[in-house]
Amino acid sequence: MKRKNIFALALTGLTLTAALAGCGSAASTGGTDSSADNAPKGTFRTLEEIQNSGKITIGVFSDKAPFGYVDENGDYQGYDVYFANRIGKDLGVDVDYVSVDPASRVEFLTTGKVDVILANFTVTEERAEKVDFALPYMKVALGVVSPENAVITDVSQLEGKTLIVAKGTTAETYFEANYPAVTLQKYDQYADAYNALLDGRGDAFSTDNTEVLAWAIANPGFQVGIESLGDLDTIAPAVTKGNTTVLNWLNEEIEALGKEEFFHADYAATLAPVYGDAADPDSLVVEGGVIE
Amino acid sequence: MQDLGISLLFKGSNMARLFGGLWVTVQISLIAVLLSIPLGILFGLFMTLKHPAARLVSRVYLDFIRIMPQLVLLFLVYFGVTRTFGVNLSAWTSAILVFTLWGTAEMGDLVRGALISIPRHQYDSAEALGLTRLQTYTYIIIPQTLRRLLPLAINLTTRMIKTTSLVVLIGIVEVLKVGQQIIDANRFDYPTAALWIYGVVFFLYFFACWPISLVSKRLEKRWR
Repeated sequence: MKRKNIFALALTGLTLTAALAGCGSAASTGGTDSSADNAPKGTFRTLEEIQNSGKITIGVFSDKAPFGYVDENGDYQGYDVYFANRIGKDLGVDVDYVSVDPASRVEFLTTGKVDVILANFTVTEERAEKVDFALPYMKVALGVVSPENAVITDVSQLEGKTLIVAKGTTAETYFEANYPAVTLQKYDQYADAYNALLDGRGDAFSTDNTEVLAWAIANPGFQVGIESLGDLDTIAPAVTKGNTTVLNWLNEEIEALGKEEFFHADYAATLAPVYGDAADPDSLVVEGGVIE
Repeated sequence: MQDLGISLLFKGSNMARLFGGLWVTVQISLIAVLLSIPLGILFGLFMTLKHPAARLVSRVYLDFIRIMPQLVLLFLVYFGVTRTFGVNLSAWTSAILVFTLWGTAEMGDLVRGALISIPRHQYDSAEALGLTRLQTYTYIIIPQTLRRLLPLAINLTTRMIKTTSLVVLIGIVEVLKVGQQIIDANRFDYPTAALWIYGVVFFLYFFACWPISLVSKRLEKRWR
């Protein structure tokens, strides 16, 4: 009888540990879980390994036009993808696209599931503790879009109202930290968040201003009441923490591309058709990683 | 008046992409279901054992899988295993592993339930007739168990097919994600696309699950 008890106890203990460890790693996307950072066993591939394999895996959005989306022929397109294709070309490898969602971007890198994330990834201090950012290729602030007949033009109007955000985005963190009085309604996917706004499930939707500007142009009846909120953020490619070979290559690449005004060409090809005259390219594009 | 969203379906290869997405959904769930059924039957038998250690193991396994949301299990296997053990599982392997683990646990419990629902006197009568243990199971217990199990197993299968839509969060693009991609890529030109595309996705799921219900209905009739 005694032996059985010990066995049972050991087993329960083991399962509990496994369960707890599991919970920790699954939930650590948002928090500052130090134990997870101390022992990152995520195996990343060096530049040489990528080149030898002839394939680079890049995580992009597949439902965030015009930055990363899939066209009617099943091909990835958009501002981020235009750059990703160039990376593949200059490295001399094929690009393997992986569709990522906002909340899982960090995790894809820390576990080495992708080599680079090029998914409209805003640089934040919290994220920089877990991944390494290369030089920026774009800059943004937050914007808030709301229906024209009940337009929100100031953050104070949001108090006591419901604001839609996508999980894992800068908008979510910004409002949680600075405006706790605003009720947040969170969605995993952008497509769902937009549908929620269209259906009137929330009073307004906040995410990067580039995104809401483009959306409001295409959706009559909606207006961007707040065009620039929070700090000016930059968007940059990210690699697994410690993957210096790929990081250095990316930085050199971005500097070199600045000389040929690559990102203005990228803007003209992918963003200009959407924004038209609503935005000035120089207010979004960053060339050579330098912000004036 | 806006363009009708339905015309989106015939733009480019959209229709083929949706079917491709459905194929991904069906593949993952079918492989998982095909693995879960035999494993679940074995697990169900194991669960009926009276040995305390066996009871503990099956109890812990079942409760763990049942309490954890499938999404957490997916993240645990896809990201957690790599993080903790440095083993890199592909998204496909992780998805099939998680759905098989889940299917096995639930199927096992269904098998256990069906098995213990067979009244004691069925065993006793079989013994009275002089049937061996093997004969009792082959001719008396298993046929009755299967009949009780069928509707439950069909339920589980269709539930598994629908739950595979979660795999998108570990980077696998299945039918629902393809639908969302189409809606998003065209949200500037076809704002009403969502209704149409989700409608089509609904029918795709329906036609994936319906044949299974049909087969089960026929089997139930034949076994009556």
